[in-house]
Amino acid sequence: MKKIISIFATAIIMLGALTGCSSEKESVATDGSTSMEKVIGVLGETFENDTGITVTYNPTGSGSGIKAVAAGTCDIGLSSRDLKEEEKAQGLTATVLAYDGIAIIVNPENPINDLDVETIAKIYTGEIANWKEIGGNDSEIVLIGREAGSGTRDGFESITGTEDICKYRQELTSTGDVITTVAGNPAAIGYASVASVKDSVKMLTVGGVAPSEDTIKDGSYVVQRPFVLVTKTGAELSESAQKFFDYITSENARPAISSAGVVAAN
Amino acid sequence: MKKNKMIERAIHGAFLILGLLTVGCVLLITIYLVISGIPAITEIGLFDFLFGAKWASTADEPSYGILPFILTSVYGTAGAILIGVPIGFFAAVYLSKMANPKVKAFMEGAVSLLAGIPSVVYGLVGMLVLVPAVREVFDIPDGASLFSAIIILAIMILPSIIKVSMTALEAVPKEYEDASLALGATPVETYFRVSVPAAKSGIAAAVVLGVGRAIGEAMAVMMVSGNVPNMPSLFQSVRFLTTAVASEMSYSSGLQQQALFSIALVLFLFIMLINATLNFFLKKEKD
Repeated sequence: MKKIISIFATAIIMLGALTGCSSEKESVATDGSTSMEKVIGVLGETFENDTGITVTYNPTGSGSGIKAVAAGTCDIGLSSRDLKEEEKAQGLTATVLAYDGIAIIVNPENPINDLDVETIAKIYTGEIANWKEIGGNDSEIVLIGREAGSGTRDGFESITGTEDICKYRQELTSTGDVITTVAGNPAAIGYASVASVKDSVKMLTVGGVAPSEDTIKDGSYVVQRPFVLVTKTGAELSESAQKFFDYITSENARPAISSAGVVAAN
Repeated sequence: MKKNKMIERAIHGAFLILGLLTVGCVLLITIYLVISGIPAITEIGLFDFLFGAKWASTADEPSYGILPFILTSVYGTAGAILIGVPIGFFAAVYLSKMANPKVKAFMEGAVSLLAGIPSVVYGLVGMLVLVPAVREVFDIPDGASLFSAIIILAIMILPSIIKVSMTALEAVPKEYEDASLALGATPVETYFRVSVPAAKSGIAAAVVLGVGRAIGEAMAVMMVSGNVPNMPSLFQSVRFLTTAVASEMSYSSGLQQQALFSIALVLFLFIMLINATLNFFLKKEKD
């Protein structure tokens, strides 16, 4: 008897939870790039404070976000790379929200502080295989990268001109994994979104320029990529989604975007 | 009386539906995998797909050879079995036959706990402890390798090997052992010459179950194996069948995505083969 009562109780609680969901107020669903978590989080929060409309974010990766928009399962897709031609052909539009610098990171024990893009390319293609060749310690360079299809990898390889010829030692599936691995191996070099780099690793200057808001915006820090909002061409957004879209692409959103460590495009 | 019969029937029907639900899920997954896995294989060519040595899915001239993944999965699983089975087998013999009840209760609890640890936790510990340790001990530039993955997998398959072997060993009729002891054999002789042979198909089932667990594991190996599609070599970064699907799925599109489904189909066939083997052993034990 007790069991039956407890089953009923659970069922009632579950029902309560369900109705709780369905009676929710207006919301905007976003889906996509894991690199954009921080910026969308901050924007969503300020937007909700101003309007009371909640913004949900599903960190699935750029590719999944783009697919989700095309399939209509979310309002706005988030991509940390420009749309491919085949994706644009599906009837999708890209609007640049911000620019994100890609930081080149090494272990704090590494004496190297600066590399230029050419040297970075040579390191990643295996032409330079030991740190001592560029004035570092005598140890083999361990190349840490992201998985094929990742927006960060795509951005990094297209900027350095190393598409498909990088000789990675490890291909990891998240920014956090890259930072953890570089922090744990004195001979490692990796790349990650500037916004998410922590103190456990050292950011290198590229051609003498340190990644910062100014240097990314004026283009002098060259390792950078766009953060893109993806919508269906011609299709109208829901009222609340349109409001959110207008807000984040307006000048008013600039402080919030900067506070997330990326540079606003508008 | 009639009412009772009605209830019986209704319950029978309800259970039948629940049972069919499971079968339906399996069928659905199988059909879905076959339908979504075949197109890429026909486009790439079965031979090029299975025996191609190069995987470069996002290159300008993409190539989709999954031989490195297949070999890595086979070697990785074999390595894990090589390390995990002896440890698991002897642990099972000890626990089911020799350990005193207190030790047994404690160790069984520990084994159950080991089985309950989520694979991402194995991966995390592997990434933060095992990988740097392998790098230091073997003096190689980076510790993320097939070797690290084998160690993690060997630990992960221990619980299933120990538990299933123990069940088989404990099911050996006590009379067998009593007879052996009465004939003058020592306890250890009895365990290894009488109990183990009597339980051998159960133990074989345990090994097969371990193989299944090892070949299907994705999360933990993804975090310690480096994920580069190299041909397998013990201290090189490698990619398994499971991690090949998991690591690229989120950003994939077009033929690349279809090829990932094809990899999943190959993995599925491997698992089916292992299941068939398992059923064979279990049936043999029943006879």
